[in-house]
Amino acid sequence: MKHETKKLGAPKAVAPKPALRRFHQARWDEPIIFELSVAGQRGVLPPEPEAAVVEAAGDVFDNLPESLKRKSAPALPEMSQLHVLRHYARLSQENLGVDLNVDVGQGTCTMKYSPKVNDQLARSHKLTDLHPLQPLSTVQGILEVMYKLEGMLKEISGMDHVTLQPGAGSAAIYANVAMIRAYHEARGEGGQRTEVITTSFSHPSNGAAAKVAGYKIITLPPDADGYPDFEALKAAVSERTAALLITNPEDTGIFNPRIEEFVNLVHSVGGLCSYDQANANGILGITRARDAGFDVCHFNLHKTFSTPHACGGPAAGACGVTKEVAPFLPTPTVEFDGEKYYLDFNRPQSVGKIRPWYGVAPNLLRAYAWIMSLGADGLREVAEIAALNNNYLMHNVLKIRGVSAPYAKGKRRVEQVRYSWEQLTNDTGVHSEEIGFRVADFGSHYWLSHHPFVVPEPMTLEPTESYSREDLDEYARILNHIAEEAYTNPEILHTAPHNSTIHKIDQESFDDPDAWAVTWRAYQRKLKK
Amino acid sequence: MTRIGLIVNPLAGIGGRVGLKGSDGIETQRRALELGATPEAPQRAALSLLPLFQFDPTLEVFTPPLEMGETSVRQAGFAPNVIGGIRPSATTAEDTRQAARELAARGVDLILFAGGDGTARDICAALPAQFPCLGIPAGVKIHSAVYATNPKHAGELAAMFLQGKARLREAEVLDLDEAAYRDGRVNVRLYGTLFVPHRPLLLQNQKMPSPESEAYQAEAIAAEVVEQMQAGVAYILAPGTTTRAVAQALNVEKTLVGVDVVRDGELIAKDVTQAQLLNLLETMPAKIIVTPIGGQGFLFGRGNQQIGAEVIRKVGRGNIIVVGTADKLRALRMQPLLVDTGDTEVDKLIEGYFAVVTGYRESMMYKVVA
Ligand SMILES: Cc1ncc(COP(=O)(O)O)c(C=O)c1O
Repeated sequence: MKHETKKLGAPKAVAPKPALRRFHQARWDEPIIFELSVAGQRGVLPPEPEAAVVEAAGDVFDNLPESLKRKSAPALPEMSQLHVLRHYARLSQENLGVDLNVDVGQGTCTMKYSPKVNDQLARSHKLTDLHPLQPLSTVQGILEVMYKLEGMLKEISGMDHVTLQPGAGSAAIYANVAMIRAYHEARGEGGQRTEVITTSFSHPSNGAAAKVAGYKIITLPPDADGYPDFEALKAAVSERTAALLITNPEDTGIFNPRIEEFVNLVHSVGGLCSYDQANANGILGITRARDAGFDVCHFNLHKTFSTPHACGGPAAGACGVTKEVAPFLPTPTVEFDGEKYYLDFNRPQSVGKIRPWYGVAPNLLRAYAWIMSLGADGLREVAEIAALNNNYLMHNVLKIRGVSAPYAKGKRRVEQVRYSWEQLTNDTGVHSEEIGFRVADFGSHYWLSHHPFVVPEPMTLEPTESYSREDLDEYARILNHIAEEAYTNPEILHTAPHNSTIHKIDQESFDDPDAWAVTWRAYQRKLKK
Repeated sequence: MTRIGLIVNPLAGIGGRVGLKGSDGIETQRRALELGATPEAPQRAALSLLPLFQFDPTLEVFTPPLEMGETSVRQAGFAPNVIGGIRPSATTAEDTRQAARELAARGVDLILFAGGDGTARDICAALPAQFPCLGIPAGVKIHSAVYATNPKHAGELAAMFLQGKARLREAEVLDLDEAAYRDGRVNVRLYGTLFVPHRPLLLQNQKMPSPESEAYQAEAIAAEVVEQMQAGVAYILAPGTTTRAVAQALNVEKTLVGVDVVRDGELIAKDVTQAQLLNLLETMPAKIIVTPIGGQGFLFGRGNQQIGAEVIRKVGRGNIIVVGTADKLRALRMQPLLVDTGDTEVDKLIEGYFAVVTGYRESMMYKVVA
C-alpha cells in the first residue's frame, strides 16, 4: 500500500549557493595509548570474592593446564575508564569520514551512508550474544539471514552459488583464485596453468591475491581509449593462462563494452574469468557477472551493500560462482533442507577455510537489512542515482581550470571518474597530492589513485547515491576554489594543510621497512632503540 | 662546520631561449650569444642558494670564481671561498670537471651544480663514486633524474639533506646527442649515475619511487630473471641500471653503459662490441636482457647499438627478455617502446607485444613499434 505523503507546499526558491565551509579540525597532540599508561592505574577494581565463594571454587588456576598459564602479565596500558574514553573521543575528533563530511573524494571505495538502523540490528543482543560454536538449532535465525542473503546475491550476480565467508574484498578475490586453482588441479591442469592476467586499472588486489596464491601476474595496459588493450590480451593468453581477473567498470569509471570478447578469448584457451565487482554500485540490477560469461565474481558488502568499511576489517566479502566451480567453495556452506538450516562440512573438493567460522555475521545482517529495505527496484535505483550523481559531479568538475578526465572523451562514466590535474601541474607547479592536502582544510577528503600513477596527477571521485546535489556542489566548490588558489597563490598549496590535525606527513619512510612500526612493540624495537 | 660546493655552468641553457635545442659545443654557444642570449644559470644558482642562506648563513660555500659560482654565492648573501681559476666568458666543460674534482678533494658535504644534461655528464665524469651532489635545473635538456624541479626546491632539498632529513638515491645521468637532436633525431644515452638527495615532490619527476622502492623493484626483477636463467645459455646484458641489478643478483660487476655477457652465473665477456657478440653467437645459444633507456623508450637502436640488427636476428625474438620497473613504464605514459636498428626487417620482427618483466613473477604486456 502506498502511503500518502504530506504535501509540503510549493518548493521554496533555491537558496543562494553558500560560501565555502569554514572548518578547523581538532588537534589534541594525543599520545599513543601505551604512552598514557600509568603503572597501577585501573579501569575496574573487582571486589575481593566472598569467603564462601573462594571456598566453593578453590584455586581456579589449579585446573588450568600449565601450558595455558601466562608467565607474566600482559603488557597492556594501565588506565582509568575516563582516560580511555577521553583518548578515543579525542582521536575520533581528529578524523574524517562519511558520517562527518562529503566523502566523495575516496574514489573506488564507494563511501555511502551506512544506515544507523542496521547498526541497531547488528548490536542487538540477539546477535551479539551468539557464539559460533552454539548448537545449530539455537542459531537458525542468523543462518536463515545468511542463506537468504546468499540467495539475493545469486540473483544480483546471476551465479549459481555464493559464499559469505571472506572477511573483505581482497580475501574474496583470494578465495576466488584459490577456487580457480583447485578447479584446474581437479582437471589435471594445475601444473600447466601458471599465469593470471589482470589489467592496469583493475584493483591491485587482483594481482596481489593471485600472486599470494602462487601465480605469475601479467598486466594488460590500457589502450588509447582507456579500455584494457584487447590486442595485448591476445598476445598474453596461452595454455598457461589460469584466469583473467578484471574489474568492470575499471577504476576510471569506464565500462568496457567488449567484456564478453575478453571472456570468450580467455575461455577459448581454457582459462576461467573472475569479475571483481567490488565496485558494483553503478551496475546493480543493470548488468550481471554471469550474463557476461564470468565463472566467478565477488562483491564487497562493505561498499555496494552499505556495511561499514571498518578500516582494515572486519568488513565483508561475498563470492559468487557457477556450478562448475561450486565444488571448490570454502567450507562449510550454509544449506537448508526444507525444515532447518545447517552447515555442510562434507565437501571433499573444497579449498578449505578462508577465514574462521562462517563470515562476519554483524555485517552480513546489515547487508541483508539494506537489501531488504530497498527491494529489487530500489537496488536498481541506487545504481541509477550513483551514476547520475557521478555524471553531474563530472560535469561540474570539468568546468574547473586545469582538470581533465582522460580517455573516453565525451562519454559518460558509470560510478566514478579518475581525473587528472596534469594541466594545472604544468601551469602552476602544484601537484595533485598538494590539492588533496588543501581539501582537508575545508573538511573533506581526497584520494589520488593506486600506484603506479598511469593517469598523471590523478584524483578519483566516486559520489555514490548517498550525497545530495548540495553535497556535490560543495565538493566541486572546494576543488574550484583550490584550483584558483593554485593559479594565484600556489604557496598556500605547497604548505597545506593549514586547518587539519596534522600538518604534513613524512612519506619518505613508507617504503622503508626499517622505519615502519605498525605495532607498539615494533615501534619500540625499531625506533626507540 | 658544514661545507657545500657550488658549480655554475654559465652557458647552460643559453641555446634554449634562442631556439637552439641545447648549448653543447663552442660553436653553438657563440651563435647563441650572437642571437642575443644572456646567461641565466648564475641567476638560477643564486635563487637556489637563498633557502640555504635562510637555513644557515654561516655555511661555508666553496666555489670557482666569477660566473662559475662566486657571483651567485655573493648574490645570495654568502661570503664565498673561491677556489681555482677560470678564463671569464670563455669557460669550458673542463672547467666544470676541474671544479668538481677540487670540491670533492676538499671534502665538502654536498656539491650543487647548475646546468643541464651536459653539465651532469661532466660532474659524473669528475666526481668520485657516490659523492653527494644535486642539480639546479638551468639547461635546455634535462633528461637526467639528478635535477630538482626548480632552483628553489634545489636549495630546500639541499638544506634538508644537510639536516639529515633527506637520504641519497642513485639517479641516472642521461643525455641526448645534440647534433642528432638539432637534425630532428632523438638519441638518448645513459652516461652513468650520480647520488642525489631525495624527497618526494622536490625532485623532477614527481612520484618517482623512493630510493628503497626503486631498488626493491629492480631487485625483484633481477630475482625473476635469474630464476628463469638456463644452464649453458649466454645472457647478453644491455646497458642500464635495471640490467645492472640482474648482474648484481649474480654477484657480477656490470658495465653500466656497456654490454656484458654472463653464462652460468659467470661473466664471460665485458663491454663487448657488436663484432664480439657475433663471434660469441657462433659458439653458444644466447638471450638478450634489455631495458628501455631514458624518456624516449627506445628498446633497441639507441644507447645499445652494440646489440645491432645482426645480433638480434641471430638471437631471435623469442629470446629477448625485456625488463623495466613499473615506474619507468609509467614514465613512458603507455606510449609504445621504439625500435630503430637500421634494419627494417629486424625492426618488423621486434614489433608487437612483449611481456616486460616488472617484478618477481610480474610482467606487463607492452607494445613495441618501429
Ligand atoms: C575494485 C576493488 N576490488 C577489490 C578491493 C579490495 O577490497 P578490500 O579493501 O575489502 O580488501 C577494492 C577496495 O578497495 C576495490 O575497489
